[in-house]
Amino acid sequence: MNAKKSQNKPLFFFVNEEKEALFSKKNRALLKDPLDDNNPITVQVLGICSALAITVQLKPAIVMSISVMAVMAASNVIISLLRNLIPNRIRIIVQLVVVASMVILVDQVLRAYAYDVSKELSIFIGLIITNCIVMGRLEAFALGNGVWKSFLDGVGNAAGYGFILIVVAFFRELLGSGKLFGLQVIPDAVYEMGYVNNGLMLLSPMALITVGIFIWLQRARNRKLIEKN
Amino acid sequence: MNRDSNGYTFLFATIMVLVVASTLAFTASSLKGLQAENVRKEKMQNILTTIGIETDRDQAESLYKQYIVEELSLTHTGSVDTQTDAFTIALNNEIKKPVAEQRFPLYVADVEGKKFYVVPLRGAGLWDAIWGYLALKEDKNTIQGAVFDHKGETAGLGAEITQKWFQERFVDEKIMDQNGQLVGINVSKTNNDPTNSDKEDHEIDAISGATITGDGVTAMIAERLAHYLPYFSKEDTSLALNN
Repeated sequence: MNAKKSQNKPLFFFVNEEKEALFSKKNRALLKDPLDDNNPITVQVLGICSALAITVQLKPAIVMSISVMAVMAASNVIISLLRNLIPNRIRIIVQLVVVASMVILVDQVLRAYAYDVSKELSIFIGLIITNCIVMGRLEAFALGNGVWKSFLDGVGNAAGYGFILIVVAFFRELLGSGKLFGLQVIPDAVYEMGYVNNGLMLLSPMALITVGIFIWLQRARNRKLIEKN
Repeated sequence: MNRDSNGYTFLFATIMVLVVASTLAFTASSLKGLQAENVRKEKMQNILTTIGIETDRDQAESLYKQYIVEELSLTHTGSVDTQTDAFTIALNNEIKKPVAEQRFPLYVADVEGKKFYVVPLRGAGLWDAIWGYLALKEDKNTIQGAVFDHKGETAGLGAEITQKWFQERFVDEKIMDQNGQLVGINVSKTNNDPTNSDKEDHEIDAISGATITGDGVTAMIAERLAHYLPYFSKEDTSLALNN
């Protein structure tokens, strides 16, 4: 009993005895890494499906990024709280249940109190549940780490995901329909000179190619990402 | 307790399911009233939009009572079924029935002496149901306004049918040809009139990348309107007799 006491005994719910600043270097890395070195989309190649589906315009891409961030942060925290209770054999099912019920709860509350937002989100609700990044982070991180770290990891990965979504959506909306946030940015004069919107940008294959170009640029800049062999 | 034992796994799963199920059931049933109220007001708001009255959801109900003078529940032969409340007819269930058993809701509006007929629509898009409302002017031929909505069309493509710029293309188009035959409105990818200046061509410009959703809109308009023709012709005859 005495030997156990000296170990990391939880003081209160999730605060550990081991003292670490809230934003220590390690914790900051949890937020920062997914933006570049360990980006869920361009490096881990997760969440590609939703990145193709909803990057035709900037606005839905941003709404999706925010919703994924909320769901990831919350489900990471819940799984991390339960990590010492979850039976190993059914952990994937538990993760799925947590994510799915979180999403449904949010959806129900929005439908009652913020009906317009819920209409905007309707299509994304299903996509969030199936987003591999959410499950991936629960499995790879939240099951083995403390609550605060899991929260940062969720926010960081969702930010990395959202960042790519917004970059891709920016180029697709700009080149595909000449607009940003639904407002025309390419002046009429340019169209009169013979410029035509590239309709191909609106179709999913171009999202994949845009992500591909992004990966190329990222690897050219960030040497850490280049495989040895 | 051993976390890998069967007993613990069963216990954990049972508790988890109970907690999750009761939380979700409690949330869903306690919010049901508010949600249904939102849907009802949105329906009124949509009907008002088609006849050119823009309003927010909170004021929809009072304006609806002011402008909608009749809610009719029609049979396929064009007679009025007074037993059924038109507003509560759920089209999603109704279109699955045989035509003879279906009831077709029709909303008649009176805006400062002008009469409009609002026809609810429902059909299939690419992924799931699409629906909407189409308002006809007094001639029962010219479109006054249209509103569309959908359950799960692709955001940025098929989902654009909810946008004003798409719905405005329908305004002033005609649903009948010169011989009085119903042709509906074709959401066309080969439209020769992209500025939509020709209002007699029964065509509006489709959305790039939303072919199936557009075809769904075309089919939905033609299918639904056809059921209202018997009532419209009956009404025309009785009006002619009264005059």
